[in-house]
Amino acid sequence: MQERKFEFIVIGGSAGSIGVAIQMIPALSGRFQVPILFVLHRNASSSSGFLSDILQPRTPLRIKEAEEKEKICPGTVYVAPADYHLLVETDFTFSLDASEKVHYSRPSIDVTFESLAAHYGEKLLGILLTGANADGARGMAEIARAGGLTIAQNPATAEVPTMPQAAINTGMVHHVFSTSEIISFLNDLVD
Amino acid sequence: MQEPELRIVDEELEKLLKEMARLYRYDFTAYSRESLKRRINRVLLLKKIPSIAELHYQVTTDPDFFAYLVEQITVNVTEMFRNPAFFHTLRQEVFPILAQEPFIRIWHAGCSTGEEVYSLAILLQEANLLNRTLLYGTDLNPHVLQQAKSGLFHVANLKTYSENYLQSGGTSSLSDYYTVRYNQALFSDELRQRMVFSVHNLVSDQSFNEFNLILCRNVLIYFNRDLQDRVFNLFTESLPAGGILALGAKETLVHSTSKDAYTYLNREQKIWMKSGSASYAGKKI
Repeated sequence: MQERKFEFIVIGGSAGSIGVAIQMIPALSGRFQVPILFVLHRNASSSSGFLSDILQPRTPLRIKEAEEKEKICPGTVYVAPADYHLLVETDFTFSLDASEKVHYSRPSIDVTFESLAAHYGEKLLGILLTGANADGARGMAEIARAGGLTIAQNPATAEVPTMPQAAINTGMVHHVFSTSEIISFLNDLVD
Repeated sequence: MQEPELRIVDEELEKLLKEMARLYRYDFTAYSRESLKRRINRVLLLKKIPSIAELHYQVTTDPDFFAYLVEQITVNVTEMFRNPAFFHTLRQEVFPILAQEPFIRIWHAGCSTGEEVYSLAILLQEANLLNRTLLYGTDLNPHVLQQAKSGLFHVANLKTYSENYLQSGGTSSLSDYYTVRYNQALFSDELRQRMVFSVHNLVSDQSFNEFNLILCRNVLIYFNRDLQDRVFNLFTESLPAGGILALGAKETLVHSTSKDAYTYLNREQKIWMKSGSASYAGKKI
């Protein structure tokens, strides 16, 4: 249904976003080929396999933690590891960075979004979910500036509205959707 | 960092890195580019430098500025007992192996400001191993080594460090190991006497000793695969059979050409043992 062809989809979120990811991933079409990356704030010590353990039995898509120097593959849902910033290199591999937190966060959504925007340009879809700080707003603006498409979770339906609202306030968000609208939008990309 | 960032052009960056290697023999050409670009962008913003060309000029004409740039582009984020579960594993599984040695040498490769060296010294002290251990801390950046040698750490972080220490299995209180002056904690001489800090660049320098344990955590993530292989070779040369290598939580040997030289000691905590018959058995009297 959508005219646009994306080559990468990145989804950021903080407080409340793990619940949204748990709702979203099993609802995605099993024919999804575009790689998807979740960058979610969580405890530095949180176990890496947490999301994949819960969700792998509920989706035919492969779910895994993004590893350093890993080549980005189709049909895969990646999760950024806790306590590292996640970047993308020119050869479309992931790299990790343990430098200072940004917005009190590591991984920082801004850092990953900006890195992806530089490499994927108009082929990038950025989605920002619920959260209690302003990380991600700058990254969303950067995605839009580079020609990509940006979607913020509707602050009215988000568990914590601060994060999507901060992105909307930049004037660089193209669509404001509820969780179910985001899921339909994504599945429409497949058909 | 709210100002708009300069987009660093790849070719300009390559030129700058090559010039730095040629002029100063600091070779960053095998470093992952995206992290470097972020660090350099940060310097451009901090120093209000308008272009890479201008940065290039300052780097090539001013050695002091080059030293500053090296400090800024290498990541020096570290903390005491970072990942307490890792230190807990060292204590439980690695210390009993080290305890069989008459003399213990440990190398912290890329030690930055030394927090990890102090952490390990404290745990060794509690295991009654410190008096026969030497801890070598190396980094390419002389400035951070000065900081490490001083034994001074800002009090702002002590609360986190104390919590980490207890989770690592610390048996007393972290405050037993330092005295506070103004806003700094000075760690005890007893710990510092067992430490040696010196400049060593993993990109270009050779093996300089044999070690029972090498720690290199969150350093290799900044290196490309070729440089990672070089560093693993360096470690393999610096370990006896039975020697132990510990990497960061997201780093691994499994993609390297050296992987066959090691077996896992603890997979979850990224700790390996160099294969071959352990040499310490022969040394026991």
